[in-house]
Amino acid sequence: MTTTLIHCLLVILMPPLLLGVITKTKAAFAGRKGAPFFQVYYDLFKLLQKDAVYSETTTWVFKAGPVITLSATVIAAMLVPLGNHSAPVSFSGDMLLFAYLLALTRFFTTIAALDTGSSFEGMGAAREVTYSCLAEPALFFALITLARISGKLSLTSMLTFSSPSTWAGAITILLSVSLFIVLLAENCRIPFDDPNTHLELTMVHEVMVLDHSGPAFGYILYAAAMKLFLFGAIFLNIALPFRTGNAFADWLIFIVGILALAVAVGVTESVMARLRLTQIPLLLITAIVFSAFSTILIFR
Amino acid sequence: MEQLAHLPKTFFMADQLLVAVLLINFIMLGSSRLMFCIKAAAVQGVILGALPGFIHPFSYHITLITVLVIVGKGFVIPTMIGKAVRDVQIKREFEPFLGYIPALILGAAFTAAAFVFSERLPLAPEHQNLLFVPASFSTLITGFLILTTRRKAISQVIGYLVLENGIFIFGMLLSEAMPVLVEAGVLLDLLVGVFVMAIVINHISREFSSTDTSRLRTLKEE
Repeated sequence: MTTTLIHCLLVILMPPLLLGVITKTKAAFAGRKGAPFFQVYYDLFKLLQKDAVYSETTTWVFKAGPVITLSATVIAAMLVPLGNHSAPVSFSGDMLLFAYLLALTRFFTTIAALDTGSSFEGMGAAREVTYSCLAEPALFFALITLARISGKLSLTSMLTFSSPSTWAGAITILLSVSLFIVLLAENCRIPFDDPNTHLELTMVHEVMVLDHSGPAFGYILYAAAMKLFLFGAIFLNIALPFRTGNAFADWLIFIVGILALAVAVGVTESVMARLRLTQIPLLLITAIVFSAFSTILIFR
Repeated sequence: MEQLAHLPKTFFMADQLLVAVLLINFIMLGSSRLMFCIKAAAVQGVILGALPGFIHPFSYHITLITVLVIVGKGFVIPTMIGKAVRDVQIKREFEPFLGYIPALILGAAFTAAAFVFSERLPLAPEHQNLLFVPASFSTLITGFLILTTRRKAISQVIGYLVLENGIFIFGMLLSEAMPVLVEAGVLLDLLVGVFVMAIVINHISREFSSTDTSRLRTLKEE
């Protein structure tokens, strides 16, 4: 019960803080003071109080997009174990549900973007779908490897499973690298997409949500933060397989870990430039190769 | 993995190092920057040099191989190729015959095939479940891929170096049975050295009809 409560509290309250930490890290690198850590909360609060403006060309799909995105992300959040604690909902095969709930959010973001009829947003949608069909195999190869190591098919038992496997070292490194790339790609962070630009031809995710306003845009922002949080939680479970056994200490490790991950993402964004569009598939295929290689190692 | 219980712990360490070797293969297949490829090849050489120490008991022969390989593959040859790159002023490989993404996918496919293939080989029981044989085939084929798909002569030398690393991994298993063979493998590195020198000399002679590097300098200063 306590675990479920803390899980829900963390999932609901913490994601915007990650974006704040990333922004602060980038500001520190640029020698600026930066927006306060809680800026995203203020933004969300402001957006939720506003009225939404809908274009006359849009249909119900456009209005449904943000709602479905947020709700599917929240359901997915119930499936991911945080730290060493099992998720509130867990059953065999929930890894597929997790992956496809996130695919559903992407689908609705994309068709909501297409629904506006803007060629600009259609371009962003096309790019988003291209990247995600390369990021998905990497995620699935990683999940197959974890399923094979633990012998289970649910995220909780796959991710909280720790065994002194002979391959622990190599596979941890392979999956960490691969999933970090997937995390950056899925959340449209810098080598793939620049979350700060709103008016450039190169952006991917931001261009798709240009027409959303008010609460709808707030939902999208919040869902994006939560998605980052979820991928961070999966990444942490693989990259930091330490288990103390003490519930309180595990929560603390998780919170510190995910904040450190946000700093790592901020550092990546500060030291790297956006990749050329033609180079992005190369990076994603590298992620696929890393995950696939871990699968080969575990299956032989 | 259970059937490996009788093997010493160091074999597992060697296997983990071989995973790093395989990853370096992928990195080289996907990178267009020559200096980066050379550094990756150097790291691979150092790892290979460390490997015999893990799988064979200590002997002067093994120590000699280790030192020779680390110095040769890890430092001397990369430095030479690096110098050649600076001399001919090529920074990266433009337009290889086969793009980086197809090359990377091919490399991954061949690596998977190498794993399947080595499962079927009638190996000595103590080598059966180790990564040495698949890693060796995979590195060999990566070398072939780099050698055949890149346009620049220097990339091809790097490809040859990788190919030769693959042969070395295979030979490592035999270094007690056939020590001469392994040392001959080390000697193959000399061939790489000759290649590099030939490239440098060739480029210079093609552009300036002279092999004298000092004249090259005076030409640039004018």
